Amino acid sequence: MTDNTLEIPLLLTKLEANLRQQIKQRKLINPIMIGVHSGGAWVAEHLHQQLAIEEPLGLMDISFYRDDFSQCGMNPQVKPCQLPAHMEGRDIILIDDVFYTGRTVRAGLNEIFDYGRPNQVVLGVLIERDGRQVPLQPDCSGCSITLPPGQRIKLTGPAPLGIHIQSFPTESDD
Amino acid sequence: MSKIHISNGHIIDPANNIDKTGSVYLADGKIVAVHTSETNGFDFTADKTIDASSQFVSPGFIDLSVRLRDPGQSYKGTLLSETSAAAAAGVTSLCLPPDTRPVIDTQAVVELIHDKAEKAHYNNVFPIAALTQGLAGSELSSMYALKEAGCIAVSNADVPFSSLLVLRRAMEYACSHDLLVIYHPDIPSLSNNGCANEGAFATRYGLPSIPEASESIAVAQCLELAELTGCRLHFSQISSKRSAIKIQQAKKYGLKVSADVAIHQLHLTENDIEPFNSAYHVLPPFRTDKDKLQLRESLANGTINAICSDHQPHDLDAKLGAFPETEPGVSSLETLLPLMLKLVKDNAITLSQGVAALTYKPARILNIQSGSLSSGLPADLCIFDTEQHWEISQDNWKSAGRNTPYWGETMKGRVTKTIQAGKIIHSL
Amino acid sequence: MTNIQLNQNGKLKHFLSIDGLNEPILTEILDTAESFTSMSKQQVKKVPLLRGKTIVNLFFENSTRTRTTFELAATRLSADVLSLNIATSATSKGESLLDTIHNLEAMHVDMFVVRHAISGAGHFIAQNTAPHISVINAGDGQHAHPTQAMLDMFTIRQYKQDFKPLKVAIIGDILHSRVARSQIQALNVLGVKEIRVIAPKTLLPSHVESLGVVVYNNLEEGLAGVDVVIMLRLQKERMTAALLPSEREYFKCFGLTEARLKLAKPDAIVMHPGPINRGVEMESSIADGPQSVILQQVSNGIAVRMAIMSLTMQHNGVAQ
Repeated sequence: MTDNTLEIPLLLTKLEANLRQQIKQRKLINPIMIGVHSGGAWVAEHLHQQLAIEEPLGLMDISFYRDDFSQCGMNPQVKPCQLPAHMEGRDIILIDDVFYTGRTVRAGLNEIFDYGRPNQVVLGVLIERDGRQVPLQPDCSGCSITLPPGQRIKLTGPAPLGIHIQSFPTESDD
Repeated sequence: MSKIHISNGHIIDPANNIDKTGSVYLADGKIVAVHTSETNGFDFTADKTIDASSQFVSPGFIDLSVRLRDPGQSYKGTLLSETSAAAAAGVTSLCLPPDTRPVIDTQAVVELIHDKAEKAHYNNVFPIAALTQGLAGSELSSMYALKEAGCIAVSNADVPFSSLLVLRRAMEYACSHDLLVIYHPDIPSLSNNGCANEGAFATRYGLPSIPEASESIAVAQCLELAELTGCRLHFSQISSKRSAIKIQQAKKYGLKVSADVAIHQLHLTENDIEPFNSAYHVLPPFRTDKDKLQLRESLANGTINAICSDHQPHDLDAKLGAFPETEPGVSSLETLLPLMLKLVKDNAITLSQGVAALTYKPARILNIQSGSLSSGLPADLCIFDTEQHWEISQDNWKSAGRNTPYWGETMKGRVTKTIQAGKIIHSL
Repeated sequence: MTNIQLNQNGKLKHFLSIDGLNEPILTEILDTAESFTSMSKQQVKKVPLLRGKTIVNLFFENSTRTRTTFELAATRLSADVLSLNIATSATSKGESLLDTIHNLEAMHVDMFVVRHAISGAGHFIAQNTAPHISVINAGDGQHAHPTQAMLDMFTIRQYKQDFKPLKVAIIGDILHSRVARSQIQALNVLGVKEIRVIAPKTLLPSHVESLGVVVYNNLEEGLAGVDVVIMLRLQKERMTAALLPSEREYFKCFGLTEARLKLAKPDAIVMHPGPINRGVEMESSIADGPQSVILQQVSNGIAVRMAIMSLTMQHNGVAQ
């Protein structure tokens, strides 16, 4: 089921605007933008261009940092990381498609911190939804929605980008 | 002593060519008579009647190789536990190979064994004397004294000789005392501490292997020496086609040679081995289909005279370890009958041939008055039900050793009563 | 007969031998190793996948090289590693194998990586260890060395991509080689066109064709048109066990020289599980030459072992 009230171009514009605000407010200097595979990477590609970020776009697969290895096992198709060599002391903009339980962001933060101590991390997501399970939240988003329990929202892509809402019998893993 | 009438059983006494329903009469620990419908009526007041309807009655089985692990290895088995297993298996006479601890090379050990057998109320434990002192393969043992003490034959157990010269002398000496030489054929430099047959299975699982030739060469050597020395020779536990063929040729040639095969070798090959399951670790190793086929054929045509259990009970630790490190051997007394019946079912032999291979044929090899239901012979019998199914589990197993590849399986065919010298030593 | 390496969901739990594993499982290992190789090139070479787990390297046979790659692999997965070197002799009267295992289990370990001189040691441990523990065979007697075979397959895939059209030659002491047995099994499962074993008769096991190979006793004939040349190590002990007259004679008949290598395909790769006996198995120039992928094998070894460790441990948390 696709939701027509959530339009990608609108969300992207809103997120972009909010991010500009954050960059100014938080005084980010020459930030590194990192997109989380796969949805976050697609969103980040768009934003990286729009915001004319100088540093090359970073891409990150958090599969090895997930907290559900014992329950769900390995993802056989882990994408390679493209991260700059030096992240120590840098300002990071972390981009993901959907913020749900917060576990993906936790994994992403752990991975970033393994590379060095950043100066600060700003989190931007296209869609923020209810259902947080860890005390984290985005700094800015394209929209904030509530979904009935058992429903999961996902970004499809890379072209064209679309939104997909699915019903699941049990808790999802995001 | 009591007079027993066994009635309505299907009597199988191959020595006397009997294979039909009838009655067996026992008195004073001896067989009085066997009557089938063809023979005349018989006046006999029994103290006890055993109804053997739907069952078979045969002479008690004579097992050419049963390791009681007593004296010396009581953690593996005792004379009491293993003769109890023998009784449950329908075995009324058994031969004990000399590799006890101490080795059967002195009168004292023979007497000890007789004492223990008496205490266990099991007659007919026939000790086999060692061919060399301590089984060290170098010096001759006191074969005459051992024969006088009651040893029924001489053997090398499964220990090699230091040289062919010593083997020759040992055979000559045994012959001069008219002792049967029981020889386990193996060339250690060829078998080289292997644990599986040299073939596809050992190659696949990287197991140190034993070529067929290590047995057949030893058979050939010993046959030549038998001709040279004139001694009576019996090969124990043949496992390969080439050995069987050599023995067949030797018999045709006129040599006084006999052979036996372990019951499990007639059923299992290297293809049946569950990889790394030490229950399948035996020596000689399970070989190939062509060997199994030849063994069965040789049994049917008389090249191989007898079947034995090659009973080797083991403690748990002996079989706990990586396959090559475990001790070889199967606890096989209690599967003797069901496996023999399976041979019959497979049409490899007739029931008569099967019973013969377990009764009068081993008796003839050992030169003892037993193995048939002729009048005047000791009343050693077994009554068995060919249809009864039973599971091999601790409730049904008498041997101290549970090391059998058949553990947990359901067998068909069971001994229901065993009578030794007119006394019931086993009853279900 | 169920394969003890798989749990009740058909997923890898132990890794003892290639025997009994199918193509999807082998491919999963190769694909997983792929993700780990790219990781090895990054600045941060560690992932927290096995953090909190304890891996015990139980080496009853000495091996610095294999043990260190397993240690590195475990460390890169953030596991705690314990390495035990237990020298054994044939008549050793030390603690029984089972007792050693049970004592370690009492310290709440999660995995055993075992190298032992007796075939079947890995299976024995896997069958007698606590249910949550995974066992990886780092080489048992002459039976199997499956992690080596997998890193060899990974290397072949790296250079040749598709297994199906390949002709692979394995040269040397096949008789005593657990590596060769595992390689042959893996190559067959992955469906290569032809596997050739090239060795003198004394170094070939009985009924070797039953493993699914074609036998050559002549190196030149065996090398014609092959895509992959795998050289096996020749141990010095073989010379004193009446298996070969001398290293020199072996090199004359079966040593890989530049001239002989030309008989294989021009883009053939040369592999060796190491360590190499230069001048016995191959000329030094080949070991260091453009067709040799020996060093690549070594670096692949860590990623492949990381993959195998992760895959066998991944379902240990799931309620069975």
